[in-house]
Amino acid sequence: MANIQLRNITKTFGTHTALKDLSLEVADGEFFVLLGQTGAGKTTTLRVVAGLEKPDSGQVFINGQDVNDWGAAERDVALVLQQYSLYPRYTVRENLAFPLKSPIRKTPQAEIDAQIARVAKTLRIEHLLDRKTDRLSGGEMQRVSIGRAIVRKPRLFLMDEPLSALDAKLREVLRTELKSLQVNLGATFLFVTHDQVEAMSMGDKIGVLTDGRLVQVGTPYEIYNSPVNTFVARAVGSPPMNLIDGQVSGDAASAIGARLPLGAGKAGAGEGRPLLFGVRPEDLHLQSGAPVAARVQDIENHGVEKIITLRVEDKFFHATVPKQANLEVNEDVRFTWDPEKVIFFDASSGMNLAHSAA
Amino acid sequence: MAVVSTRAGRLGNRIAIAAVIVVTLIFLSPIYWITSTAFKPLVLATSVPPTVVFEPSITPFVKLFTKRAQLTTPVDPAVYEAAPWWEKLVLDGGERLSRDGRGEVVFSAYPDRFANSLIIAVTSTLLAVSLGTITAYGFSRFRVKGEADLLFFILSTRMLPPVVVAIPMFLMYRAVGLNDTHIGLIILYTAFNVSFAVWLMKGFIDEIPKEYEEAALVDGYTRMQAFFKIVLPEAATGIAATAVFCFITAWNEYAFALILSNRRAQTAPPFIPSQVGTGLQDWTVIAAGTVLFLLPVAIFTFLLRNHLLRGMSFGAIRK
Ligand SMILES: Nc1ncnc2c1ncn2[C@@H]1O[C@H](COP(=O)(O)OP(=O)(O)O)[C@@H](O)[C@H]1O
Ligand SMILES: [Mg+2]
Repeated sequence: MANIQLRNITKTFGTHTALKDLSLEVADGEFFVLLGQTGAGKTTTLRVVAGLEKPDSGQVFINGQDVNDWGAAERDVALVLQQYSLYPRYTVRENLAFPLKSPIRKTPQAEIDAQIARVAKTLRIEHLLDRKTDRLSGGEMQRVSIGRAIVRKPRLFLMDEPLSALDAKLREVLRTELKSLQVNLGATFLFVTHDQVEAMSMGDKIGVLTDGRLVQVGTPYEIYNSPVNTFVARAVGSPPMNLIDGQVSGDAASAIGARLPLGAGKAGAGEGRPLLFGVRPEDLHLQSGAPVAARVQDIENHGVEKIITLRVEDKFFHATVPKQANLEVNEDVRFTWDPEKVIFFDASSGMNLAHSAA
Repeated sequence: MAVVSTRAGRLGNRIAIAAVIVVTLIFLSPIYWITSTAFKPLVLATSVPPTVVFEPSITPFVKLFTKRAQLTTPVDPAVYEAAPWWEKLVLDGGERLSRDGRGEVVFSAYPDRFANSLIIAVTSTLLAVSLGTITAYGFSRFRVKGEADLLFFILSTRMLPPVVVAIPMFLMYRAVGLNDTHIGLIILYTAFNVSFAVWLMKGFIDEIPKEYEEAALVDGYTRMQAFFKIVLPEAATGIAATAVFCFITAWNEYAFALILSNRRAQTAPPFIPSQVGTGLQDWTVIAAGTVLFLLPVAIFTFLLRNHLLRGMSFGAIRK
């Protein structure tokens, strides 16, 4: 097992800078998720760690050792990709045996058989062992890919959106399996995804990547409740956080034509400058007599809850309400927010004031 | 596209099949002509109109492999009786077999020339395909400075009709002693085919996702091992297609073989017609030599036919 450290990694392709001065630490046994949009530099980060791509500057440490001059084979990491990682001419068994048979491992046949049996059992792919890989379904393929990664007990697992090509049901199943696999192995995972639900549900820690920069690293709780800026705030959570223009006046907030309450001690921060108040949909509450008047624009039923879209003049906000709530489209309602949960962002820079003060 | 099983569709199918048959017959007719001539008695070979029904004989093949002389006097009946059946075929035609001092039948040069063709075509094909595959891999997988220019340059060697350089080649080869050597023709055909092999193989290798090799690299293999274990098997189809094309080019090449070889390293193509004019013009012998000459390409192509079919439709299916 291993910890990894990236120090000031910069990587350019031609004129395009894919990673800008990226520093990152993953502790031993941690499930670290890199979350970012397509093109953010997630794959490049993994390739740099795997040794498939050489950074222009900066260093990669595995267990404290600078591995910049090590080839991919020597780094002893496993890589699972979204697709294409299985050898099409081989059977599942041959695919699983491939890493063990490599010249740097030269595993004896008995050991290979034992390992394949163990992995096949863990991943429930025993019945597929003698099948050619092009005869597998997407879910089976990804199981085998994961099998090929765990069969040789690498120091580190790198996963590049391994679930994103699967349909929603299967994705959920494999999500759970992968997470419990990681816990059982006690392995270090660096897992890449653009899916915030995946990130929130699997990660011990999340790193939010945009444009080749790491904007925030934290536990899912920290990322969700204390985003460093409006970008992170809207990158996690569905529907995304509401951002409301306004400013602090006195001990309340004045925004969308109303005065909204603020938690004790909160009002002082950000007094006298344009702000964005960030409120999660679950922290907007519908109440009669509440300060803001709105009209119900849309209602989405999500089983345990409903997501409603509220319209205030030409602005739209999301709120979640229990499924029993009796609402109709175009109904006039009033709402307020949870004064303790409001986050203050600087309107021009988008930075969370609580973070920039600290 | 939906399968339309209407009457019009079936009729269209039949017309298409009929057209294919007609075209195939047109293409096969020269082969029929040469093959039937190879089994005809000499008098029928040039008959007008052509004889279609005749009793096939393998006399031309016996003649192809032997040296003969015109009989000036009728053959001694005792000698005739003692001769093996295939010698009788020649004697019947008014010729006798040449024999050496010990009375052994003297072979013609055809087997040697055929062997030369095989050695030169096979070796140059192996070289061209190997060099082409490695070069194509390099172009496909690594950032090569001036890649486009280099590829264009490689292709540009094929833009001139090759015969244009025949005389300079002849002078150069004479100067360095490569005239009439196997090595000389092998180098020439390899050089000629390698540009084509690079381009063809680059297309095939570009289609193989580099993720396969990268997975192998991460799994503990070197780039070289990944190339042999992963890329080569994946490229088998392309290699087969390229090999067939290179082999056909080298096997059939006539002009340079005629200029750059005359005895030791001479290949079959310039040799076969050189038989015309020694004695009378025996077209049946020429035909027999040609029929045998067609076989290696036919066999080679037949053996690789599955790869070839996939190779030809590679881009069409994937794109
Ligand atoms: N081999 C490459 N050549 C040129 N540009 C590349 C290459 N690999 C990645 N990039 C660019 O670098 C940026 C980051 O890519 P990537 O790491 O693949 O993003 P992600 O995996 O987050 O979608 C993208 O803008 C992409 O176009
Ligand atoms: Mg990616």
